[in-house]
Amino acid sequence: MAVRSASTGSDRLQADVLVIGGGPAGAWAAFSAAQAGAKVVLADKGYFGTSGATAPSNTGTWCVPPGEGRAHVVERRWQRTGGLAEPRWMTRCVDRAYESLLRLVEWGYPFPTDDTGQLYIANLRGPDYMRFMRRQVQKAGVVILDHHPVLELLSDGEAVTGAAGIVRATGADWTIDAGAVVLATGGVAFFERILGGTGLTGDGYLMAVEAGASLSGMEFTGKYSLAPMNSSLNKGLPFRWASFFGPDGRPLLDRDGHPLQNGIGAAEKDVARALIRGPVLARLDLADEALQDWLLKGQPNCFLPYQRAGIDPFRDLFEVTLKAEGTVRGSGGIRLATDDCGVGVPGLYAAGDAATRELMAGASSGGGAINASWAIASGWWSGHGAAQHARRRCAAAAFRHQSKPLGRAGLRPSAAARPVDQAAVVEAVRSEVIPLDRNYFRNGPHLDAALARLDGVWDEVSGHLVGEGRDRLRAREVAAVTASARWSVAAAAARGESRGMHRRTDRPETDPASARRLIVDGLDVVAVRPEAEAVIAGERAS
Amino acid sequence: MIEIVSEQRCIRCDICERVCPAFVFDRDDEGLPVIARQDDCQTCYLCEIYCPTDALFVAERADGPTGITLAEVEARGLFGTYARALGWSRGRAGGTEADPTHRLRVAQV
Repeated sequence: MAVRSASTGSDRLQADVLVIGGGPAGAWAAFSAAQAGAKVVLADKGYFGTSGATAPSNTGTWCVPPGEGRAHVVERRWQRTGGLAEPRWMTRCVDRAYESLLRLVEWGYPFPTDDTGQLYIANLRGPDYMRFMRRQVQKAGVVILDHHPVLELLSDGEAVTGAAGIVRATGADWTIDAGAVVLATGGVAFFERILGGTGLTGDGYLMAVEAGASLSGMEFTGKYSLAPMNSSLNKGLPFRWASFFGPDGRPLLDRDGHPLQNGIGAAEKDVARALIRGPVLARLDLADEALQDWLLKGQPNCFLPYQRAGIDPFRDLFEVTLKAEGTVRGSGGIRLATDDCGVGVPGLYAAGDAATRELMAGASSGGGAINASWAIASGWWSGHGAAQHARRRCAAAAFRHQSKPLGRAGLRPSAAARPVDQAAVVEAVRSEVIPLDRNYFRNGPHLDAALARLDGVWDEVSGHLVGEGRDRLRAREVAAVTASARWSVAAAAARGESRGMHRRTDRPETDPASARRLIVDGLDVVAVRPEAEAVIAGERAS
Repeated sequence: MIEIVSEQRCIRCDICERVCPAFVFDRDDEGLPVIARQDDCQTCYLCEIYCPTDALFVAERADGPTGITLAEVEARGLFGTYARALGWSRGRAGGTEADPTHRLRVAQV
C-alpha cells in the first residue's frame, strides 16, 4: 500500500509507481505494476471508471488470435499505415492484447456469445469494461485517487521522481514521491465536445516535454468523425448505413454522379467538402430492420441524441457535422524509446493515447480497435517497466529531498504573471486546429501562418498565464492544449506531402522519400526532425 | 449536457458527484446534487446509468442547455432510458452479454 505521511497530514504520499490517468491504459498499467510487486497509486483527473474516451463508448479491439494467420493480418493492416507503422510493434501489441483479453475472460467479464457459441472478445462496452477494470485494479491493491488531477512532474535532475497536483474539490496541494511514473493521460481533443473528451487536454504531452521527452506523429490530427449536429456522439459506425443530403433535401452526389453513402468510407471526404460549403443532412436509410435492431441495442448511446430530440434517424433527415478528434483518434503522442514504453527520460513511461500510436497506425487512425488493444498492451508494458525501474531505483529512497517540480506554463510563467484571457486563447487555438478547411484539408501557406499565430499565443500563455487554487487545473489544461496545437501544426507544416489523414491540398501526392516519422521537440522553440531509421528498435534508455 | 436533477427521485447518495468525470456537481446542505459547473459537462450520459434511482437527465446538446423541463422529461418517460437500453439497473452494470455489436462489425465490412 502507498503510505500517507503522518507528519505532514494528507498532502504527501509515496509509491513505487504512480500511474496518471484512469482510462484503459492507466488501468492496465496499474494492474501490471501491482502484479510485478510494486506499490501503486493511480491518480485520475476525474473518476477512474468514467474518465476518458473509452468509458462512454463501445469499442472494438484489434483481436488477432495466435496462429499462422496473424502475420498476414498484421501485414495487411500495415499496408494502410502509410509505411509509418512498425510490424514488430504491431505484432507484439496484438499478442499482448490477446493475452489480456483472455485474462478478462478468466476474471469473468461478461462477453457476449457469437452464433458459433464462442465468446466474442473483440468488443468491449465502455461503461461496463471500465467499471470492471476499476474493481480488478482495486483488488490488486492499487490506491485510487479520484478527482486528483496532476499538474506537474517532479525530477531529481536524473530521473522523474513523482508528481504534484491538486484536490479538485478544494484546490489543496498534494505531492507524491514515486520510483517511476506512467503517463496514461490520454490524447488531446482540443476542447472539442466529443464523447469523453473533456479531460483530454494533452496534459501528458506537456508534462513529458517539460521532462525532456519528444513527441512523434503530431501532424496526424486530421481525423474527424460524423456526429448529429450539436451532439457529443462522434461515433462513425451508424453512419456506415447513412445517405447524405444538401439543406434542400436533395441527395449529395459524388464526382461520378452517385449518391453519397457510407460516411465511414470513401464518401467522408465529399461530406467534408459539402460541410465546408454549408449544412449537410443525413438519414440512416441503408440499415434494414435487422440492422436497425442491432444498432439500437448495440450502440444505444449513438441514438440518445435522436430519441431525445424526437427524430427517427432511419426515416427523418437530420443535420450532421464532422467533429475534430485531435490525437484521440489521430495517431500522435509521446515518442517511445524502449520496448517497455519508456520515453527516454529515466523513470518516465507512457501508455495508451498519451503515447504515439504511429507505431501501430502510422498515418491512419487507430480509432476504435487498434487504440483499444494498444491501451491494453502499452499499459501492460509500461506498468512492468515502471515497476522494474522503481525496484532498481527505490532502494535509497532519499531522492525525494532533491525533487524539483518541472511545471512551467500555467504554473510558473517565464515573465511577469498577469491576467490572460483564457477563453480568447482557447478560441484562437481552436480556430487553427478545428475548422475543416484548415485542418481536415491543409495547405502550406495556411500552416505557416497558423504556426506564427500559435507561436504568439504560446508566448502569451507561457509568459504570463498563472492559475490560483482550483483554477490551476484549467490554466494547465489551456497551456497543454495550446502547446499541443502548436506541436501539431509545426509537424504538419514540416510534412510537405499528403499521407493518410494529413491531407495537403497544395501537395496532394504522397512522396516516397517522406516515409519517415517526424519527431517534435521543445517548448519555447519547437523543432521538427525526421526520425533516423531503426531508431525505435535500436535505442535503450537507462 | 446535464440539465435535470429530480428532487423527488433523488435519494441523496453521493454517487453522481463522485462518478462524474468532469466534476460537474456540488451538493447542497440537504445532500441534493447541484449542477454547479454545467458547461464542464461532456455529455457522456454516464451519470444517468450510475444513478440508482434514475433521477438525472442529460439532454442531447453538448454545446449548451436545451431548456427542457423536469415535467417534460417525466411526461415523455425519458428518465432512465439509457440505462434500460444498456441493461443497467439501479446503478448496477448489466447487459454486455447481450450486446449485438459483433453483428454490426460483421455487417459493416
